[in-house]
Amino acid sequence: MASDMHKETPALRARFHVAYGEFSLEADLTLPGRGVTALFGHSGSGKTTLLRAIAGLERHPGAYLEVNGEVWQDGDQFLPTHQRPLGYVFQEASLFAHLNVERNLNFGLKRIPAAERRVNLEQAVELLGIGPLLHRQPDKLSGGERQRVAIARALLTSPRLLLMDEPLAALDGKRKAEILPYLTRLRQELDIPVLYVTHSPDEVARLADHLVLLDGGRVAASGPLGETLARLDLPLAAGDDAGVVIEGSVAGHDDTYHLLAVDFPGGQVQVAHGPAPTGTRLRFQVRARDVSLSLSARDDSSILNRVAATITSVAAADTPAHRLVRLEADGTPLLARITCRSWDQLELQPGKRVWAQIKAVALLA
Amino acid sequence: MPFGPDDWSAIRLTLKLAATATCLLLLLGTPLAWWLARTRSWLKGPVGAVVALPLVLPPTVLGFYLLVTLGPNGPVGQLTQSLGLGLLPFTFPGLVLASVLYSMPFVVQPLQQAFDTLGERPLEVAATLRASPWDTFFSVVLPLARPGFITATILGFAHTVGEFGVVLMIGGNIPDKTRVVSVQIYDHVEALEYTQAHWLAGGMLLFSFLVLLALYGSKARSRHGF
Repeated sequence: MASDMHKETPALRARFHVAYGEFSLEADLTLPGRGVTALFGHSGSGKTTLLRAIAGLERHPGAYLEVNGEVWQDGDQFLPTHQRPLGYVFQEASLFAHLNVERNLNFGLKRIPAAERRVNLEQAVELLGIGPLLHRQPDKLSGGERQRVAIARALLTSPRLLLMDEPLAALDGKRKAEILPYLTRLRQELDIPVLYVTHSPDEVARLADHLVLLDGGRVAASGPLGETLARLDLPLAAGDDAGVVIEGSVAGHDDTYHLLAVDFPGGQVQVAHGPAPTGTRLRFQVRARDVSLSLSARDDSSILNRVAATITSVAAADTPAHRLVRLEADGTPLLARITCRSWDQLELQPGKRVWAQIKAVALLA
Repeated sequence: MPFGPDDWSAIRLTLKLAATATCLLLLLGTPLAWWLARTRSWLKGPVGAVVALPLVLPPTVLGFYLLVTLGPNGPVGQLTQSLGLGLLPFTFPGLVLASVLYSMPFVVQPLQQAFDTLGERPLEVAATLRASPWDTFFSVVLPLARPGFITATILGFAHTVGEFGVVLMIGGNIPDKTRVVSVQIYDHVEALEYTQAHWLAGGMLLFSFLVLLALYGSKARSRHGF
């Protein structure tokens, strides 16, 4: 059966054409049915419009939407929001003011048939650390606490798709830092595909597995995070903050020098960090400006991390003095931002084997 | 005893009229206010204006048109006669109908404002938590709009108790049927029974003050509650 086939390769397929006055959105997307997909773009790029369309909060004619093999919208067929097995976290927490935290959490839970519940109250409360808040009214909570309750409330409907619309944007830096670890846990512990709207490169780096870049209502790129961040044809790579995100696992800890060794498909990096259990999955970020290139594996440098890589392509950077070089270390893409002068002096060119010297590695989770 | 049997009859009738009209007003006014708060139709303006008309019209104008429409030659009068209901003017049901129309803005406007203030967001949140539109109305809209319902109930009731012109036009002055307190006071004054008029008028004054005190007092408390 076709539906069985879809269950084996769960995916979200969405096609929307939206036009309101000046603004238009043209999206034709196929997204993975697991992990976190970030919808990333500036304000006005159409990311929230797309998310609301997927939730059915706005009805756009002629759209097509299929989630995990179930058609939610196709021509005249339109499943209303309350019949879609989704969870939605709004930018402002939007808790019901007339209900305390516990009754807010139960609002969605009690509307799900018992047989379909896959997340129970204790799990959600524990996952988001909101146990002490259960009997409080929403107006007695901080912004960060409210947002954690809103996330737990959405999870308690056991959604088959979790939609998050800039859940951290309304919070200050401290509150953001308070919630991010919970979102990371969510990603690691729950097998629910998440669509995460954001304009923060940091949130993308920490949370996303798949990246959709929206620009002026068009899908500029869609692909796995590491590859998409390293694409030289996208504006992501041009900026000073450009870099890649790599996932690896802990190989061991050097207690003398306080260094954590992390293996990844292209080699190993050592990071100043306390011990962590061997095998723990970790993400780290390597910025293009922190990568220099060398023709030999020199040992006489203070730079700790060296990775053998091959140059695959090159592009102009944001200044005339620099170039952006895309490398591959055994399939793991890397970016290096070097001067044009170095490029010429070392006679670099695509296909050449080099050593990428990584000056700084930032652990993300 | 300050009140005579006629006075008591008028008081009973007034309370019965106000209670019946308020119940009907809440039943009819809630969907109407909901529609006015949420529609994007061009009809919103005209319908809103018609609902608000009793605020500016002299009650005699409303009463006059009702008398003509409900009378033996009016369209509604002919309809009620052909349905075997008889004629509405100078009956209690006729008075209820007139009161409902006359007090409509006092119920619809606070409700509409409460629904407007609510905004779209709680409804969207409820939909993403699997609540159907009816479910959302009862589990989210009604509790959140409760202050609006309290205001609407009090104003609708109090305004019906206080009406005079419409009653006189459509209800006349029939003891036990249409003679309400405001008409009874008028009768006492006409008969120069100032003592009885004082008791009833003073009672109305006290009642109105207490109603408004309850309304504004509860509003002040709920503001300080946060």
